[in-house]
Amino acid sequence: MPKKADLLPGTLDMLILRTLKRAPQHGYGIALSIKHLSDDVLTVEEGSLYPALQRLLLRGWVKAEWKKTETNRRARFYTLTPAGRKQLGAELSQFEQMIAAIGRVLQDA
Amino acid sequence: MDSLLLFFRKLAILFRREKFGSEMEEEMAFHREQQEKALLSDGVAPESAHFSAKRQFGNSTQLKEQAHEVVSFRFETVLQDFRFALRQLRKNPGFTFTAIGMLALGICASVAIFAFVDAALIKPLPYRDPTRLAGVFESIPECPQCPLSYPDYLDWKRLNTVFTSLDVYQRNGFLLSTPEGAQTARGLRVSDGFLRTLGITPVLGRDFNPGEDLSSAQPTVLLSYAAWQQRYGGKEDVLGQTVILDGVQHTIIGVLPREFQFAPARSADFWAALHSPNSCEVRRSCHGLMAIGRLKDGISLQTALADTKSIAAQLEIQYPDSNRGQGAAVAPLTEVIVGDIRPILLVLLGGAGLLLLIACVNVTSLLLVRSEGRRREIAVRGALGASSARLVRQFATEGLVLVAAGGAMGIILAGWLMRLLTRLIPTDMMANMSFLQDLGFNLRVGAFAFIIAIFCMALFSLVPTWRLSLSSLRGGLVEATRGSSGNSWRRLGSNLVVMEIAIAMVLLVGAGLLGKSLYRLLHVNLGFQPDHLATLAIDAPDAAYGKDEPSIALARRVISEIEKLPGVQSVGISSLGIPMDGNGNTTWFRVIGRPWHGEHNDTPQRDVSPTYFSTLHAKLIRGRYFNETDDTSKPNFAIVNQAFARKYFSSDEDAIGKQLSFVPVATKPIEIVGVVEDIKEGPLDIATPPVLYFPLNQNPSDSFTVVARTSQSEASLLPAMVAAIHQIDRNIAVHNEITMTERINTSQTAYLHHSSAWLVGGFAAIALLLSAIGLYGVVAYSVSQRTRELGIRLALGAQPRAVYQLVMKEAGLLAVGGIAIGLACAVAAATLMHSLLFGVRSWDVSTLTAVAVVLGGSALLASYVPARRAASLDPVDVLRSE
Repeated sequence: MPKKADLLPGTLDMLILRTLKRAPQHGYGIALSIKHLSDDVLTVEEGSLYPALQRLLLRGWVKAEWKKTETNRRARFYTLTPAGRKQLGAELSQFEQMIAAIGRVLQDA
Repeated sequence: MDSLLLFFRKLAILFRREKFGSEMEEEMAFHREQQEKALLSDGVAPESAHFSAKRQFGNSTQLKEQAHEVVSFRFETVLQDFRFALRQLRKNPGFTFTAIGMLALGICASVAIFAFVDAALIKPLPYRDPTRLAGVFESIPECPQCPLSYPDYLDWKRLNTVFTSLDVYQRNGFLLSTPEGAQTARGLRVSDGFLRTLGITPVLGRDFNPGEDLSSAQPTVLLSYAAWQQRYGGKEDVLGQTVILDGVQHTIIGVLPREFQFAPARSADFWAALHSPNSCEVRRSCHGLMAIGRLKDGISLQTALADTKSIAAQLEIQYPDSNRGQGAAVAPLTEVIVGDIRPILLVLLGGAGLLLLIACVNVTSLLLVRSEGRRREIAVRGALGASSARLVRQFATEGLVLVAAGGAMGIILAGWLMRLLTRLIPTDMMANMSFLQDLGFNLRVGAFAFIIAIFCMALFSLVPTWRLSLSSLRGGLVEATRGSSGNSWRRLGSNLVVMEIAIAMVLLVGAGLLGKSLYRLLHVNLGFQPDHLATLAIDAPDAAYGKDEPSIALARRVISEIEKLPGVQSVGISSLGIPMDGNGNTTWFRVIGRPWHGEHNDTPQRDVSPTYFSTLHAKLIRGRYFNETDDTSKPNFAIVNQAFARKYFSSDEDAIGKQLSFVPVATKPIEIVGVVEDIKEGPLDIATPPVLYFPLNQNPSDSFTVVARTSQSEASLLPAMVAAIHQIDRNIAVHNEITMTERINTSQTAYLHHSSAWLVGGFAAIALLLSAIGLYGVVAYSVSQRTRELGIRLALGAQPRAVYQLVMKEAGLLAVGGIAIGLACAVAAATLMHSLLFGVRSWDVSTLTAVAVVLGGSALLASYVPARRAASLDPVDVLRSE
């Protein structure tokens, strides 16, 4: 079994926001998306999504709504809010800056 | 703005917390189901899919907890911890009450004693810039801090370069004329700038003007606030009224502030300007004035001392007759005011601190026992997802609850104890210690209590936490009741018990030594029989009795009237003081026929009636007592005490028949006619100095003390004596009515020894009890931990006696260790408080042995019960229960 990469600290919130930017999702969906989009490299300890989602809710970056799934099950769907969109932008540019900086340091070495 | 929004969102969730929980539950369950379905469709076996989904999801309890923490306020978990702590403590009422009770005791004692320490030693004196105030004294070997004479005072005031102001005061009992007859009133004579030096202004009226303390000025007086309220009903028209003090009209010019206190004044009602010089103050050799000075900026006490010393030396040269050997002394005013009780308070604070320590150690070991019992609980909580920070917080919360309850109780008790202790202080003594008046809770006492509480809390939360970190959580789960873990605990618990016993030993030895000192002090050879003696002081108006003839007549009349009272056996009179009064009045003399170079032999003087010594039941060693006929027509006579005879005459010389003369003004020769055994004239703990007794008939006085010996109760004689004197003349003031026994027991020395012995004794008794409980707890716990081992020993044929001895030996070792360490500490501590000991050495063998025996005995008693229990174990029961 390939060793799975741990998430960089503080990136979980960003990944959730990024996932929700494409479409509203429930928690399980978010976990699946992250896993698939990263080709199974990034796995979230699935449960830890939920405290993170509560944190985002509290900040007002996402909204939650109980809806029916395609299989007609009740699930809580999370939607990105305008504030969340802004936050995502800010976090992305910050993250890119950091990656770029790290990249420069590594190249130089 | 954001944080406000956050707050309201949290608040909204708070009100539908249950819904929040159930939704979170549903959401997580949905997640796991989906995961399980996905795994099933991948072809995983149903059972393993279920668990796999669960495992992948993570610890859902912990996650829910985390989610809760995100949306909850911090205080909520604190509240939960509190509720849990309370539940824990309620479940274990025995532990809870013991712990809280012990803490309350320790905190009560230390806070109450600290309040006294604060009032006396820490709180600055209530004057302007009090650290710049100094007591200034003349100094001779017999009296290192002595009052100044008026001419010396004027010179010191004029010549010094170190004080911005130098002022004097003199305690003075005034004879106050009232419509109901004469009364004595406590008063103070002060120089004009006295209040300005302290930095006090009258609350009503004005301060003394410069020059108002001279005899040329109109006599004026200030009232204390209490006197204004009690004697004048607090009316403002009191200003300008007159009051007759010592037969002289004084105009009331002001009232002192309510909170003003000056301990050396006792609770003086009348503050009169000196009106100097009086008959004493014209003489440079008559020392009656206490001085206080305010140091100039930048002048240290040393500089001030050097300056006053050089002035004293200058005066010595200028006035050798009167000033020979008169040095100078300067001390901080605080020291002058509270000097006597500092060592006692510090010892008491030390005692209270040790008591608190013992209580803390005891509670700590109880907590340890409990944390052992809770290892499984802790392990389970850890496994269920409690973070270690949360667990530590749980212990801290329990510590907090204990300390808060114990502290609250302790502080309530402390307030009560303070009131009790101050009530126990005799009024006379309290007047001397007016700095204790506003004893009570203030910021400093509060801070002290707070620091103690923080210390206890830190101790109580750290120790169990530390214990937990030593043992892995898994160990706690696996381990059943059998106790391999008991070992490290036993070591720690044993150390705590040894420490406890050592502290108890220190306190017990302290109490023992103080108790023995008190006993020695109260059984010191007084040189007279104090029982069945009633005493009172008389002040007759000078106008009627000031001359020799009428004062002699008054003395005779007083004796004969009191002799008529039922039960009275004999009556004596002394002016200038009776036993236990102190050595206030001294005189200078030389022995005629010996070379004399102007030195001052400074010796206390008493003028006594012929019946004085026989009334006291003093012991005549040689010669005779005075006769009724020893009056001014005869040569001057004197009786000396043994100390005098020893000091001034060699052992083969007979003092009888030797002649003395006063100096510097020579008098008729004074012939020594008798030698009496030393009578304790001053404080009990001070060796009696040489004393000169003169016949009252040759040195008459209109103020004197009457001593009456009765065959009946001396206390009940006092009112009759007062009545008899008022029968003679209503204008004679009577004061200080007290029996001799009371005079001795309430004397400052006896009282201070008494109170310190009782308080430290109380602390020691509690410490003994606590250490016995501590030892019992440790031995009992150790037995319970070793039940299985002991059961096996018994099953394998060990005699119950052997098991009994095993346990007793363990306890005995602890006790011996504690006693040995305690012995060393106790001797060290006793050496530190040597100034409080009287007639007993700090390594007093009998006290140390007695304490060791008591402590050892109680230790044996405390371990006897668990040892018996161990010996009577039924091996079958023990092994079956495993």
